[in-house]
Amino acid sequence: MPPFGNTQLKLLEKLCNAIAVSGDEGEVRKIVLEEIKPYAEEVRVDALGNVLAIRRGRGAKRVRVMLDAHMDEVGFFIVADEGEGLYRFEVVGGIDGRYLVGKQVFVGKDRTPGVIGGKPVHLMEGDEYTRKVPLDALRIDLGLGGKAKVGDRAGFATRFRRVGQSIIAKSIDNRIGVATLIELLKHAPANIDLCVAFTVQEEIGLRGAKVAAQSFNPDMAIAIDSTPANDLPVHDGSENTAYNTKLGLGPAIYIADGSTLHDPRLVRFLSQVGDAENIPYQFRQPGGGGTDSGAIQRALTGIPTVSVSVPHRYTHSPLSISRLDDWKHTLALLHAALTKITPALLAAR
Amino acid sequence: MTDILPFLKSLISTSGISGHETPVAKLIEQKWRPLVDETSLSRVGSLHGLKRGSGKTPRPSVMIAAHMDAIGMMVSRIEAGFLHITSVGGIDVRVLPGAQVTVHASSGEELPAVIAMPPARLLPEGEGNGVVEMKHLLVDTGLPAREVERKVRVGDLVSFANEPLELAGDVLSGHTLDNRASVAALTVCLEELQGKSHVWDVWAVATVQEETSFLGAYTSAFQLRPSIAIAVDGTFAKGPGANGWQTHPMGKGVGICMGPNLHPFLHKKLTELADKLEIPWFLDVAPRHSGTDAYPMQVTMEGIPTALVEFPIRYMHTTVESVSVKDIQRAGRLLAEFIVSLEADFVEKITWE
Repeated sequence: MPPFGNTQLKLLEKLCNAIAVSGDEGEVRKIVLEEIKPYAEEVRVDALGNVLAIRRGRGAKRVRVMLDAHMDEVGFFIVADEGEGLYRFEVVGGIDGRYLVGKQVFVGKDRTPGVIGGKPVHLMEGDEYTRKVPLDALRIDLGLGGKAKVGDRAGFATRFRRVGQSIIAKSIDNRIGVATLIELLKHAPANIDLCVAFTVQEEIGLRGAKVAAQSFNPDMAIAIDSTPANDLPVHDGSENTAYNTKLGLGPAIYIADGSTLHDPRLVRFLSQVGDAENIPYQFRQPGGGGTDSGAIQRALTGIPTVSVSVPHRYTHSPLSISRLDDWKHTLALLHAALTKITPALLAAR
Repeated sequence: MTDILPFLKSLISTSGISGHETPVAKLIEQKWRPLVDETSLSRVGSLHGLKRGSGKTPRPSVMIAAHMDAIGMMVSRIEAGFLHITSVGGIDVRVLPGAQVTVHASSGEELPAVIAMPPARLLPEGEGNGVVEMKHLLVDTGLPAREVERKVRVGDLVSFANEPLELAGDVLSGHTLDNRASVAALTVCLEELQGKSHVWDVWAVATVQEETSFLGAYTSAFQLRPSIAIAVDGTFAKGPGANGWQTHPMGKGVGICMGPNLHPFLHKKLTELADKLEIPWFLDVAPRHSGTDAYPMQVTMEGIPTALVEFPIRYMHTTVESVSVKDIQRAGRLLAEFIVSLEADFVEKITWE
């Protein structure tokens, strides 16, 4: 498998600490471009801001494989300046409003520090403290006279940390996919033509992936993402039967989600590679949610597609948790799979 | 005037949840030792710093008190590697989901962790989509269950861990500024007093357990029996969600509080002095109880004339409390100048009318 150590961890740290709210992915795009330039024959930034790169293999009958990872994260958009350093904001992507009170953010290209405060509990009346704070009661506070511009994006200001075999960081969804894709491109096997898409605006409707797939016209595609692990105890001590995925069980292979019935040939193929290579994997519990595969599968005349995710807890929150082993095994499984792709894989249903 | 910001940042980065103030007490003791004649700890852990006056013995004394304890959490149960928690002091549960915390493990390690809000389907019917009660929140260290069970025990403390953030206009934001900002103000006061002559003895006191029972202020006032006492604490700043009569603009000066909890003569002297020195101030009012160390000090022994000096804090008891560093400097300077102004016979002049 490709090397997995401090270099990869440092790259992930840099990617998680960067802020790239959907529609404003420049900070991550810059890191991606720097990392991949020496390894791809064609690199370009398309009309939506996707980074598209191709690395061709050698020999005959190469399958054209698209690998996808979205660069964007959920975050905030400054919509009004109320003076004295206070700004109204909208949420971009699916952030549960209950995560916002008492959080630190960075605003704009200069990463101006700000906070989202809340009314002191001492001043609340009746059962106010039992009710959710509506978004229109919250402001981003840059301090006395702090400056931002309407249109600036903001993201959580939390910092990447490693704790034992875990990482705690914001935006593990989907910087861990981006880091995986960078490593796969650097160590691409020669039996395939690799088309990699670092996409934009996944969190607000899979927009980048749609045009990336239309541009590449691949034979097949794999979306690399990060999916929730809801493997927490149930309040009454009963068995948790709706965990989606569990930390520590390896990459999560998708069978069905809210937007895609994943190509059964590819699902079977990935699990067979895992079994043959002794790489742990898990099936994500079929259910809702989705990845860029939802857009890729139905592009052009249809593209056989599957998704693989590194599990993380506490999705779209200021701090998520993932296991390093799950990431390592995701990289190993995908790399091993790429080396085994032949036209026969897609020849029959 | 020295820059108090670096010390304030280290103050809020050092743990000291109510009842467990030792780490922060040590930090404050280090800072105060060169500024006072002697330091000591009370039997319940409050820090006393004595700066002797130049008057004849027995000298009158002023106790300036700021509580050093912080609100926080405590492990109440361990389940499958996740920690259940209960609160120490008045925490607004709505700031907890996604908050960055440190678990002070029995093993001696400080484990970084996150407060987890379980998905609705893992919670009782009807409780998963609103504000999730503390009993359902979990602390996740990211470590495997076996490791957690080896390191953490019921009763271990959990403190907020988001780092201090400097905002525009000399504003510092972070957890525990209530009331470490006041400890910083006391420190500014002690620094200002260096090289100045004062008749009275000064007891600078960092009290324990204000957030839970006022234990420190009760017991230190009893032990030190000051002639007068001044509490220093935060009050409510105007800001998003807080614009009522209890709130005051941040960065525009020091609050000097009045109400039944406070002696009108001291209030008058403080306001006159602030006017004379052109230290901007505002009138804060506490119609019943000030909710600060001023209360326990006032009712100690045969009663102590007590005052309350404050500065506005935004988002009090959240993880992003914010304070103007200028206001802290002003409060420290006002305290120092007030101490310098105290004459040997000041106590005899204190009257109600």
